[in-house]
Amino acid sequence: MAKIIVDDIELDVPPEFTLLQACEAAGAEIPRFCFHERLSIAGNCRMCLVEVKGGPPKPTASCAQNVRDLRPGPNGEPPVILTKSPMVKKAREGVMEFLLINHPLDCPICDQGGECDLQDQAMAYGVDTSRYAENKRAVEDKYIGPLIKTSMTRCIQCTRCVRFTTEVAGVAELGAIGRGEDMEITTYLEAALSSELQGNVADLCPVGALTQRPYAYHARPWELSKTESIDVMDAVGSNIRVDTRGREVMRVLPRLNEDVNEEWISDKTRYIWDGLKTQRLDRPYVRVNGKLKVASWPEAFAAIAAKVKAVPGNRIGGLVGDLASVEEAFALKSLLASLGSSNIDCRQDGAKLDPALGRASYLFNATIAGIEQADALLIIGSNPRLEASVLNARIRKRWLQGNFPIGLIGPHVDLTYPYDYLGAGSDTLTDLVNGGGFAEVLKGAQRPLILIGQGALARADGAAVLAQAARLAVAVGAVKEGWNGFSVLHTAASRVGALDIGAVPGEGGLDAVAMTNPGGVDVLFALGADEIDIAPGAFVVYLGTHGDRGAHRADVILPGAAYTEKSGTYVNTEGRVQVANRAAFPPGEAREDWAVLRALSDVVGHRLPFDSLAQLRAALYAAYPHLARLDHVTPADAAAVNALSSAGGTPASGPFASAVTDFYLTNPIARASAVMAECSALASSRHAAAAE
Amino acid sequence: MSVRRLAPKEVQPESFAFTAENLAWAEKTIAKYPPGRQASAVIPLLMRAQEQAGGWVSEPAMRYVGDMLGMAPIRVYEVATFYTQFQLQPVGKRAHIQVCGTTPCMLRGAGDLMKVCKSRIHEEPFHLSANGDFSWEEVECAGTCVNAPMVQVWKDVYEDLTPADLEKILDAFERGEHPASGPQNGRLTSAPVTGLRVLTSPELFDGSMVGQGAGLALAREALAAKAKGETAPAAPPPAAAAAAPPPPPKNDPAPAAAPAAKAVEAAGDADKEKPKKPVAPPPGGKPTDSTAE
Repeated sequence: MAKIIVDDIELDVPPEFTLLQACEAAGAEIPRFCFHERLSIAGNCRMCLVEVKGGPPKPTASCAQNVRDLRPGPNGEPPVILTKSPMVKKAREGVMEFLLINHPLDCPICDQGGECDLQDQAMAYGVDTSRYAENKRAVEDKYIGPLIKTSMTRCIQCTRCVRFTTEVAGVAELGAIGRGEDMEITTYLEAALSSELQGNVADLCPVGALTQRPYAYHARPWELSKTESIDVMDAVGSNIRVDTRGREVMRVLPRLNEDVNEEWISDKTRYIWDGLKTQRLDRPYVRVNGKLKVASWPEAFAAIAAKVKAVPGNRIGGLVGDLASVEEAFALKSLLASLGSSNIDCRQDGAKLDPALGRASYLFNATIAGIEQADALLIIGSNPRLEASVLNARIRKRWLQGNFPIGLIGPHVDLTYPYDYLGAGSDTLTDLVNGGGFAEVLKGAQRPLILIGQGALARADGAAVLAQAARLAVAVGAVKEGWNGFSVLHTAASRVGALDIGAVPGEGGLDAVAMTNPGGVDVLFALGADEIDIAPGAFVVYLGTHGDRGAHRADVILPGAAYTEKSGTYVNTEGRVQVANRAAFPPGEAREDWAVLRALSDVVGHRLPFDSLAQLRAALYAAYPHLARLDHVTPADAAAVNALSSAGGTPASGPFASAVTDFYLTNPIARASAVMAECSALASSRHAAAAE
Repeated sequence: MSVRRLAPKEVQPESFAFTAENLAWAEKTIAKYPPGRQASAVIPLLMRAQEQAGGWVSEPAMRYVGDMLGMAPIRVYEVATFYTQFQLQPVGKRAHIQVCGTTPCMLRGAGDLMKVCKSRIHEEPFHLSANGDFSWEEVECAGTCVNAPMVQVWKDVYEDLTPADLEKILDAFERGEHPASGPQNGRLTSAPVTGLRVLTSPELFDGSMVGQGAGLALAREALAAKAKGETAPAAPPPAAAAAAPPPPPKNDPAPAAAPAAKAVEAAGDADKEKPKKPVAPPPGGKPTDSTAE
């Protein structure tokens, strides 16, 4: 630790701290544009100047100097940093004046207005008039994709966007061309960015040069109500803030959570909001003579009750969709149980995960933050870049730190970091279990991480693949005291929560495939299940939000609430329990899903024992106590992995497919979004061009 | 300086590839850098690509160099647009005239040279002349300020120019000739315009003085003396004395007087070796050259 005095406050800081960090540790606020905690240091905006005694006799850029580089005073006094001296104020005012020379003062028509770093800091360090009488520089706007709107005259060349895309997103596509006054940010030949994390550059941009194109001119930040919530686009459970105006969701922004998404979110998470407004189911429908007709709630319930009462309990089934919260899955499971059915399944893709094998058999046991502790990684049947973009950025972050061998079994794809391509399918996995090759690398590692994707599990022999992976994990020492590297990466936000409450077929129950096959069940409750084809014959009650695949097949449609319109518990892939809050109200007559199920239960004569969300949660927490521990990962017992490893079964040979083929169109909300459709078209044309 | 953009699509060539000779050169150049640092070769490779392509860097050339070095194309683009020495637009087939416009050249008439360029080539810099043979630009100091004003064409500099000289040079390029580079007013390199004032003896330059230097003669004598035998001469030759280590610093503890013979020996040793940096006397204050005389 090094002693340092910041504005008369003496404190000890680690010597590798930058002066900026030291000042913040002392509670001093340092203005900055180019510096960002998660990016490399550029030191080019000069806004963070401080006065240092024991350093060079001039204002020092505090972001780019370490505490250990400072000299003590002549009698050994600790170095002194002044952040409020007249010299500092004058220096920062000078920097601000230069920044504003070429900055258009178009704040009234700028989308960044009201949440602009330059605007805020100009309040502290700006002057009220400009001494600059010459013509201002103007820069042509660049096209960098459908998500980011550019207004390059406003750019102050902090290069945060360039550093983000290169370092975090792992696509070297943005760059700064030209020099001096003529420096400009662009992509090569103005091609669209190909990253799934590109929306974050709009957050990083300290001015209005890069803003969100879909949100352009829609709202002002001070008009928006902010609701902290949880994302459901993938199983990472990114922490988000949903900004609404009235009933309308205007945008989605990331929220800081070091253990989950740091401060990034994927483009799907960010730009999904236009899908919340289109294709919505806003009133119940009942199919009459082959056509869906608008109905009232009592009519719809009556139609369901008539069917349900006519069939025995074991001919009724339920599917839990990918976006369902734990509460509604619990309500559905309770309803089916009261009807005497054990036919329930949350695994639309047929993944062979079973809570009976123990919680550790389906969790990302290493935890997302734990990726940074791992020292070797094997990816089995997954494309984390598409299945969990933010988690992939974490893997890349670990890879950048060095000494991180990565092997991949599955489709040969660009993950933004290099890896050893071991093979396409289960044969390679079997070879690894037998030792040699990459298995030796894993064995040599202190904390090997085995990442199993849904692509490897959603197949007929998925259980054998899972057991094989567990055998490998145990053999290479990935499961031991203090470290469980056996990690399943999910793609559906609802999956872990539904598995936690046992939303899988009970004794003699049918699974998703059996239920949806011809003659499976007579009445099927589809709780937002859109990723599965249901054979003709069954009477399908679809409870969901969008007129998508599931609604087209339905015989009765009950309109539900989307994730921004209800309070719901979601458990992410690592087992972290988080609650999404209601930011807006569901449209029209749509209601929160648990309430719909509760009302329906009354009509079918099996009233569910809860009248409010609080009562439902009380029942849920009583049955599954770990769900009450919000924002917390309850570690799973690693013995389950050991037990799993001794399970028999040899997987059939054959390549693993990727669980996500089109990143932008994985769920009904995304398929209703025009922005996602445009991104998807762009991605597939890029894919086609790359294949040529 | 102005915004530098890639040439429009119409003038970009289909593709670019190094010639076999340049490719071999490029591989050697890349090998100069440690593994993993191949990207460091981007500037020399781009320069060679520019030379091969007739003086400008095309978009395919950037991609080609990027592929060769494992760099993203945007990274090459950044470098090519940063350095003004890379031409992003096609330049004159016969000559691209780079007129120095920095202070000394400006004071000595660079403005007049630019007028010549404007009238003979194009009103604007970076534009081809009507027949495509010439183009011109104003550059920052090219480093021959003594011979201002100057222009640079490809790798040659033409110095001490008058507008008439530049016209002549342009004429010569137009005819397909390669005019002689250097000062155009007859002066020798950057020697005074009024003629040399020192080193004027003709015999300095006719070869008759080769090997006649006084210092050289003494050195030869010393070598001859040494060749005769290791017997210590009464006094070391001047060259040896010069080679002896310098006196120790003043605050050195009083050096013990050493026997004369030893001191001579030390001088002899010093003579054998190359002159070297003064070293601190060994502990015990043994011989120093203060007693060598």
